[in-house]
Amino acid sequence: MEGYLVDIQHEKLSFFTPAGEVKALNDVSIRMKEGEVLGIVGESGSGKSVTAYSLMGLTADNGKILGGEVNFNGHRMDLMTEKEIRRIRGKEISIIFQDPMTSLNPVYTIGNQIEEAVMVHGDKTRAQAKERAKELLTLVGINEPDKRLRQYPHELSGGMRQRVMIAIALACEPKLLIADEPTTALDVTIQAQILELMNDLKNKLKMGIILITHDLGVVASMCDNIAVMYAGEIVEYGTTDDIFYNPQHEYTKGLLKSIPKFQEKEYSKLVPIEGQPVDLLNPPGGCPFAPRCDSCMKICLERKPGSTEFETVAQDSQNRFINGKHYSRCWLQEKKKFELNEGKEVVR
Amino acid sequence: MSENLLEIKELKQHFPVAGSKNVVKAVDGVSFTIKKGETFGLVGESGCGKTTTGRSILRLVEPTSGKIVYDGNVLFDSETKKKADMLPYRRKMQIVFQDPYASLDPRMTVGDIIGEAIDIHKLCRDKNERYDRIIELLRRVGLNSEHANRYPHEFSGGQRQRVGIARALAVNPEFIVCDEPVSALDVSIQAQVVNMFEELQKELGLTYLFIAHDLSVVNHISDRIGVMYLGHMVELAESEELIFHPRHPYTKSLISAVPVADPRTARQSKRIILEGDVPSPLNPPTGCAFCTRCPYADELCSKKVPEFEEISEGHFCACHHRDLVEKSNKGNMKLVIT
Repeated sequence: MEGYLVDIQHEKLSFFTPAGEVKALNDVSIRMKEGEVLGIVGESGSGKSVTAYSLMGLTADNGKILGGEVNFNGHRMDLMTEKEIRRIRGKEISIIFQDPMTSLNPVYTIGNQIEEAVMVHGDKTRAQAKERAKELLTLVGINEPDKRLRQYPHELSGGMRQRVMIAIALACEPKLLIADEPTTALDVTIQAQILELMNDLKNKLKMGIILITHDLGVVASMCDNIAVMYAGEIVEYGTTDDIFYNPQHEYTKGLLKSIPKFQEKEYSKLVPIEGQPVDLLNPPGGCPFAPRCDSCMKICLERKPGSTEFETVAQDSQNRFINGKHYSRCWLQEKKKFELNEGKEVVR
Repeated sequence: MSENLLEIKELKQHFPVAGSKNVVKAVDGVSFTIKKGETFGLVGESGCGKTTTGRSILRLVEPTSGKIVYDGNVLFDSETKKKADMLPYRRKMQIVFQDPYASLDPRMTVGDIIGEAIDIHKLCRDKNERYDRIIELLRRVGLNSEHANRYPHEFSGGQRQRVGIARALAVNPEFIVCDEPVSALDVSIQAQVVNMFEELQKELGLTYLFIAHDLSVVNHISDRIGVMYLGHMVELAESEELIFHPRHPYTKSLISAVPVADPRTARQSKRIILEGDVPSPLNPPTGCAFCTRCPYADELCSKKVPEFEEISEGHFCACHHRDLVEKSNKGNMKLVIT
């Protein structure tokens, strides 16, 4: 599809395990423009990482894309061979992982690992690569790059290592950076540093970012648009303002209510989402959230809801990435639509 | 004022470093009290000594020095060299651990995990009574009787944490150390567990020491909060006072670093970003422990350790420049309220 950096259409993905087929993604569609920051929020096992990994061809061996299209920057990522993907991975699209402690190779120096990333995709000599590595370290806010290049990962703190990871990811100036829970393993003060750095780099390098997290606070300050995932489906998608100030899906509403309000004088009791997350080995037949939903109706348990569009509430007209789309998948909205149409079945 | 259940005085916990004469001062002179029936929150970054503090209070690790008084009884005093026999106190003081995946024995059924505490303290006369007690405890934490015969791997993270709580409750304790009990859980499950802690406290009149790094959770559940940095308590106050009128620059930056789940506020407010990392506790800075990262630090800070003083009723702070912080609070007042 033209004009989009990322265009995932109706992707279905399953993992085949000894226990059976785990339907990790169920009809997931995502579109992103160049330079856009998209947040994917959801609980563990909701499929947020799987979506992003499939975009890089990093799906585990027992995982298979069973339907749909995965387009990135004009490439059909789901149809490419590993060899073809390797030419794109790291160059046009790269990733930073959650745990900076284990994602760097402990037996190579920092310099070695950054230079490797630089040289794999270019015709730079070792000396040029070293210069570039120094540049990159300065870019991610590491002092004394000359000294750091000779150090090993264990000599650096968690925050520093995550900066190195970011430097490696940026080595070839990718068009899209996937940040998979980049700050979950870090302390709050270090988290603030890394988020600040990513915000900075986003403006400087004009690259797109997919920010995967379960922390609503992290997406609030950074993202243009947000996709809320539950049990392998995008249950709500909208601009950041839409999701926070005009949530439509019951799960999104529940999530927002279940986090403690900070800096609010009145004490209010938390409203948890009752029940346990879905077992993807045998997902419920209808809406996946139905068993935990307070407003569950009969139809919710039987059939999957379609998506309903809403008007966006975003006011920030400066932001070119607010595409004004806000939709959610919930029978309550289907019901409302039905009533508005005076009982006539809505034709989709 | 209600009476103090627990008094900690100048608690120190130093760990020797293998292969050298150095010690890691994990906790270095922490004093505070916990009142009966309250929730005392302890926050700080990893490595600041908050977990070690919790463990040394229960003497799961033997403190290096200091004094621990529980309900008028001295459990530990390095000056008089008193060390009380802990077994009777284990019935009164319990702990819930951080990682529900690692803190339950995978080869024991949930019923036996909970029952073990009952057996040790001989709280039940026969098997039937023991069984009934286990079922009662499971129900209390929102599980049911059929769960008693299952093994930990059959449970989700939230359910395991419930088992951990049931185990702590088995001996009818008065005081529970909650060591990051919700950090490993998903947000929607976090709220369930936090609410359960609150309900149990109301029903059973429990006192909590609630340890966590997530300031918003601690603020939600605690009556008073202590902030730790590199083994020292830097500020202590009632929750509201601490959040809205922080006097220590570290507390202030910690508060501003909490990501606010409100995009409009987040876009406007400016974060105070601390430079650098927490120094190694092996080689802490001289003077004030925070001076290497503090925006207000000057020569005095690197020379003299600030006293942990009461600056207004119930509000303690260890900083040479707390008045400067107070001034900047006033300047930012608008920001804090939004």
